[in-house]
Amino acid sequence: MKPLIALRDWVDARLPIMRAWDTHMGKYYAPKNFNFWYFFGVLSLLVLVNQLLTGVWLTMMYNPSAEGAFASVEYIMRDVEYGWLLRLMHSTGASAFFAVVYLHMFRGLMYGSYKKPRELVWIFGMLIYLALMAEGFMGYVLPWGQMSYWGAQVIVSLFGAIPVIGDSLVEWVRGDYLISGITLNRFFALHVVAIPIILLALVVLHLLALHEVGSNNPDGIEIKKNKDANGIPLDGVPFHPYYTVHDLVGIGVFLLVFCFIIFFVPEMGGYFLEYANFEEANALKTPAHIAPVWYYTPYYAMLRATTFSLVFPAKFWGFVIMAAAIAIFFVLPWLDRSPVKSWRYKGWMTKVAIYTFAFTFIFLGYLGAKPADLVVLGIEGKKWAQWFTFVYFAFFILMPFYSKWDKTKPVPERVTS
Amino acid sequence: MKKIIFVFMLALFPMSGMASGGAGVHLDYMKTDHNEESLQRGAKYFANYCMGCHSLKYMRYERIADDLSIPHELMQEHLNFSGRKIGSLMTIAAPEEAQKRWFGAVPPDLSLITRARGGADWLYTYMRTFYKDENRPYGVNNKVFPDVGMPHVMLELQGVQECEKHKDENGHVTVGECDITEPGLMSKKEYDQAVFDLVNFLAYAAEPYKADSHRIGVKVLLYVLLFLFCAILLNREYWKEIH
Ligand code: HEC
Ligand code: HEM
Repeated sequence: MKPLIALRDWVDARLPIMRAWDTHMGKYYAPKNFNFWYFFGVLSLLVLVNQLLTGVWLTMMYNPSAEGAFASVEYIMRDVEYGWLLRLMHSTGASAFFAVVYLHMFRGLMYGSYKKPRELVWIFGMLIYLALMAEGFMGYVLPWGQMSYWGAQVIVSLFGAIPVIGDSLVEWVRGDYLISGITLNRFFALHVVAIPIILLALVVLHLLALHEVGSNNPDGIEIKKNKDANGIPLDGVPFHPYYTVHDLVGIGVFLLVFCFIIFFVPEMGGYFLEYANFEEANALKTPAHIAPVWYYTPYYAMLRATTFSLVFPAKFWGFVIMAAAIAIFFVLPWLDRSPVKSWRYKGWMTKVAIYTFAFTFIFLGYLGAKPADLVVLGIEGKKWAQWFTFVYFAFFILMPFYSKWDKTKPVPERVTS
Repeated sequence: MKKIIFVFMLALFPMSGMASGGAGVHLDYMKTDHNEESLQRGAKYFANYCMGCHSLKYMRYERIADDLSIPHELMQEHLNFSGRKIGSLMTIAAPEEAQKRWFGAVPPDLSLITRARGGADWLYTYMRTFYKDENRPYGVNNKVFPDVGMPHVMLELQGVQECEKHKDENGHVTVGECDITEPGLMSKKEYDQAVFDLVNFLAYAAEPYKADSHRIGVKVLLYVLLFLFCAILLNREYWKEIH
């Protein structure tokens, strides 16, 4: 023990590791009333580490070429010792990542965590979400199955809808006249090197920004307003050990679900691994039904539902709407004009709005996963998608009004348990 | 709160499978298992009836022999007609160009066929629904793969099957009930079992690690449960003092 302590002190004299530990763990005071929804930040970190580790090992055996990619994935699944486990941890991890990040974002929505002073935490979060979408998209191309290929084809060709520069832009992105081995190679480079670096940097910024202002909580009360004589928030507990042990429980429950999926239902009925992707990419054979993986389907539904063409083709407007649907999240902190943070103390309008939005997002996701000719309750899927795209945007655009008009309840001084 | 969790769970779980029977035909259900005898018979059917045209190119003879407890000499003698070493991949030598000329389509590799078709049901139905159709080059058509380019390679076992045809007012033909009109070497029940074995084998070959995965999965889940139990106790111990 003694030499270890000596080593620690030696390092600490040169690099403030003790201070860093105190700032972020031992003396970082987090509100004591965190609930279920506060597990998902840590779980995102856990899944991030899972993706990085399994990803590095997959890279050792994967072959990023149009001729060899599909076969190398099967080689990993069959011939590499525990290769199937690495691969299923990685593929299931991708879906798990989006699941926990969506829940993490939804928490922010409920408790107003995006509001002042946490706007920057939210913006870094959104940048993470963007990077994650790019990461997932490029990763999905790597196994070089039919859905990899045609999904990439559909998404990359969207850039072609941009007026004037569209066609050359698409060619530049693909590096070829069609999605090919060249595209696969560059997506590989971006997926395993460039975007992970960006993601890691953003996660660090996200956490630094959070720890500067401190965590919000389900009551939306700033715990820093009530401090004891030593300047310690009365409603705070040191992150370590209280939340480290607390998070272990969340991690345990998460791992139960995660491992069950990995070992028993890794395809999740075609939602985590699409069936058509077990067929090698074929540029001459378009699949009957092209659908992205579940985490992109809400936006895909919006894209498909855009049928008007105003000067530019409908595809262009679909692209614009899809991009706007994501971009509008960035300005959320400035759309909410309610004097309180948490929906616990907001009125009925906000509650209705948030429930409606959650339903809208899920329903759009459902529509996007289904074939275009789907009919629900006698009405075409496309019509539904149009209406709900409208509702989706209404949630944001009307927020300045309903958040202002909504009657709020008095917020208690101290957190409730 | 419960409601919200429920709504999110709904979003995470499949509302229904994504792959369908292609021609919109009802698929017969079959539950794959890991019965070694069934898998061994299936391997044999595959080698004898399918490998002339279809490869199993991501699978190795040796893996099958080891997984299904087939002695290596027996494997080499009765299931490996290529004459290559037991560690080789199960590719075939047939030239794709010629195959395309003969059948109008290249017979695809079958290593992942059950996964690509969203489960075993499609293949199980496919192999049992070839029926007589004089308009097709090989005199047979298929219920779930209309105008298929593949001949009915197990005709001698199943016999000749004929199906009712219904034409609706648009002239659209649907294939109805089928019946064996010239018996083959097997009874209907025997043939169903043979196809079951074959499909069971191909489902195994699509995911040869599955048995390992289930075996290890149980242990991992038990371990995680133990971890969770300790975490809960630890958490309770620390939080006792906080209110
Ligand atoms: C005489 C050559 C030949 C033999 C033997 C043969 N097939 Fe085929 N098979 C074909 C051809 C050709 C096709 C392509 C048909 C098409 O695309 O129209 C095909 C297609 C298939 C398909 C459809 C794959 C898909 O999803 O497109 C399946 C499944 C299949 N065969 C299974 C089998 C099985 C199982 C056996 C052994 C019992 C077998 N075949 C034996 C020639 C053969
Ligand atoms: C790689 C992905 C991400 C990781 C690893 C991550 C990590 C974390 C962690 C560890 C916390 C503190 C614990 C918690 O409050 O749950 C946190 C808080 C937060 N995150 Fe993230 N996050 C990620 C993505 C996002 C995204 C996409 C958003 C939203 C756009 C977001 C918004 C927030 C907000 C607003 C908080 C503060 C919440 C509060 O204090 O109430 N994060 N994040």
